[in-house]
Amino acid sequence: MYNLTVNNREVSVDVPGDTPLLWVLRDELRLTGTKFGCGVAQCGACTVMMDGMTRRSCVTPIEMADGAFVETIEGLDTPESQAVQAAWVANDVPQCGWCQSGQVVSATALLTEIPQPTDDDIDNAMAGNICRCATYQRIRKAIHDAASTLEG
Amino acid sequence: MTEHTRRQFLSASAGLVVAVTLPLPGRAQSGAAAILGQDAPTQGDFAPNAFIRVAPDDTVTVLIKHIEFGQGPYTGLSTLVAEEMDADWSQMRAEAAPANAELYANLFFGMQGTGGSTAMANSYMQMRKAGAAARAMLVAAAAEEWGVPAGEIEVAQGVVRHGASDRSARFGELAERAAGMTVPEDPPLKDPGQFKLIGTEVQKLDTKPKSTGEATFTLDVYREGMETVVVRHPPFFGGRVANFDPAPAMAVPGVVAVHEIPSGIAVYATSTAAALKGRDALDVEWDDTEAETRSSEEMLQAFSEATAAETLVAEEAGDVDAALEGAEQVIETEFRFPYLAHAPLETLDAVIEMRDGVAELWMGSQFPSLDKPTLAQTLGVDPSNVIINVMFAGGSFGRRAQPDAHLAAEIAAIAKAAGRDGSWKLLWTREDDLHGGYYRPMTVHRMRGGIDAAGNIVGWTDVLANQSIMADGPMEAMMDKGLDPTAYEGATKMPYDLVNFRTSWARMESPVPVLWWRSVGHTHTGYATEVFLDMLLEAAGKDPVQGRLDLLRADAGRDRAVLERVAAMAGWDGQRVKGDRGYGIALHESFNTYVAQIAEVSNDNGMPRVHRVWCAVDCGVAVNPGVIRAQMEGGIGYGLTALLYSQITLLPGGRIAENNFDDYRMLRINEMPAVEVEILDTDHDPSGVGEPGTPPIGPAVGNAWRALTGQTVTRLPFTVGVQS
Repeated sequence: MYNLTVNNREVSVDVPGDTPLLWVLRDELRLTGTKFGCGVAQCGACTVMMDGMTRRSCVTPIEMADGAFVETIEGLDTPESQAVQAAWVANDVPQCGWCQSGQVVSATALLTEIPQPTDDDIDNAMAGNICRCATYQRIRKAIHDAASTLEG
Repeated sequence: MTEHTRRQFLSASAGLVVAVTLPLPGRAQSGAAAILGQDAPTQGDFAPNAFIRVAPDDTVTVLIKHIEFGQGPYTGLSTLVAEEMDADWSQMRAEAAPANAELYANLFFGMQGTGGSTAMANSYMQMRKAGAAARAMLVAAAAEEWGVPAGEIEVAQGVVRHGASDRSARFGELAERAAGMTVPEDPPLKDPGQFKLIGTEVQKLDTKPKSTGEATFTLDVYREGMETVVVRHPPFFGGRVANFDPAPAMAVPGVVAVHEIPSGIAVYATSTAAALKGRDALDVEWDDTEAETRSSEEMLQAFSEATAAETLVAEEAGDVDAALEGAEQVIETEFRFPYLAHAPLETLDAVIEMRDGVAELWMGSQFPSLDKPTLAQTLGVDPSNVIINVMFAGGSFGRRAQPDAHLAAEIAAIAKAAGRDGSWKLLWTREDDLHGGYYRPMTVHRMRGGIDAAGNIVGWTDVLANQSIMADGPMEAMMDKGLDPTAYEGATKMPYDLVNFRTSWARMESPVPVLWWRSVGHTHTGYATEVFLDMLLEAAGKDPVQGRLDLLRADAGRDRAVLERVAAMAGWDGQRVKGDRGYGIALHESFNTYVAQIAEVSNDNGMPRVHRVWCAVDCGVAVNPGVIRAQMEGGIGYGLTALLYSQITLLPGGRIAENNFDDYRMLRINEMPAVEVEILDTDHDPSGVGEPGTPPIGPAVGNAWRALTGQTVTRLPFTVGVQS
């Protein structure tokens, strides 16, 4: 039995310790906003926040998340996440949409750490998130727009 | 002209939704939304046809006959309806239409399906007529209610108004009465000058749920008691199961069953993690006697040799053999293109539920008209007992458009092997996806071009060797004289006046299944023809832009316009190199959309780094310029990934070398060029934008690289080609 906090809710799950956090979130907790894309931490579709850091949930065994504080796309609710999501909508960023939960989580983490990121900062923070539809240009612009919003 | 009232339809069947704007006799269908299991039409809804539902709360829901995987049909088709209804954009909703070929056929295909960048093109008049019919019925309802002439009533932004009596009503208030009005068969449509929404960048209807994680895809479907299934497929194409031992898999906690199905060994479990672990534990012996055991290198060699043997002529003009014989200079080049996986970020997946003889499927079904009979046949149920929920899909790029319906067949086999009622989710992992075939065909182009003493191109031949996508399936009927146009499209019907010309094709055979990949034949013909043309123009001492303009046929006005526009955008001045940057151009029409691109490239340790791309596109009436620009941006990124990095490699013995995104590399944000798009203002009927952005980027970068380094890359991807 593993105990963790997911989106401010305490949960207990009875699964083998090597079960990836991704499948716990999806199969056990039905938090389906976090996506599967590769299973080997190459694409970023499964990105969540764990204890304040971005984390690839597909390669995070649940035993590593025992006692952790996890936030998924469904639980994001900070000025940064709101600014990011508003900018995503304003720029019509998504195409197929599959990667976008991970992109939004990574972008939120970036703005939380660096409120006014440069293009290089964006490259560094976002290069782990593949978008097969190549919405990258709009992701970049949306992050800059969100930063401007937060600056006020 | 026949007219029907909704009442007559209701008496004929239990349906709430009627179809009258279709070229078929009006037929009722049994409640699309009921099948979708969401927002079922209720008393008081107004459904003037199979595509539109107006609810008392004022929302207008458009049933979209094309799958949404990012190219924008939910928004585009809803825009057409809203335009002719004079609806307000904020009241519009979109929903997947159910699988019903009679109501929801692609008018270009004659069956329900999405592909070939046809969604907007085939729907343009149909959806406008559907909207216009709804508007006319709302106006008629208002006229009846207010006792005023319909001709005095105006509609704007979802409000129906009679000025003289100062009365107005919203759509929802009129819905119930409108439902009883006569359905006009041929309602008048707006002149383009009256458009209020077409041509504007309305907010995409699927943007918000896709920014919050709320959008529901196939993998997000969970049914009560559902099991997850993964399948071990043969590790080479054409292989079969010789022997297997289910015991090690069954020993994994959570694994509940192991069955052999036609496509491999299926492992059933109570969770995804258990299914994957169970599959890893499986012990399978394979039979490769009928498998493809050649390596990619051996296949390419065989394809290359085939270009020298007898081929089928696809198109020819003049006497090209004599012209090449008499040419001052003849240039010959062979281009080699690898197999490519589509790698949509959502891998293939499906959910099926069997209940009392009814099969319900949730899937990113791109060809519902082929998936449905496959399910019915495999499961031995009547097609009327097959329900398909067409889900949002995390990309396709052609991968979900399956003439052999192999994914539907696999999920049906999984349910059948279980032999009971229940529900199952099938998941392909990324490794399954990359190893799973249905690749862009490996292709060789052997090209010869002749130039006379004055620098004119006097002859051009292109001999292609690759497998046929259309043969051996339901698409074969579209082949003529043994020719599969998808094998060489783009190397025929070129816009240039090459005088003496021949394109021919050698059909190759292999158990490796091939499929259309974003822009199909154009994925390789665009590169081969536009790079080869650049080589000839350079040999003739001509400017790449002016040389192309001089070669364009008199009737190639749309090609000319995008070429001139992109040259102006980039400030083309004839200098192919400026400082450390090289510039290359390419022009390629596909799916009736004309695209020209210029790429700015530098040399980053022996590989191109693409800094900027200018793109001019003519896709006829620009229904949503934002969606068009997004598709050009995305098409460029997709084409750039393939050009630079992508290849699926068969190792000796036939196993696939690439496993995941670490060795099948994707373009990442730091590698995405700044893309600037301009859309030509034309009044042609709209054509597609999902694919046409892809073909020109390869040759534009290839030509920029030639300019910068003098190296013509004839073997793709660049990671391999720059070494050879």
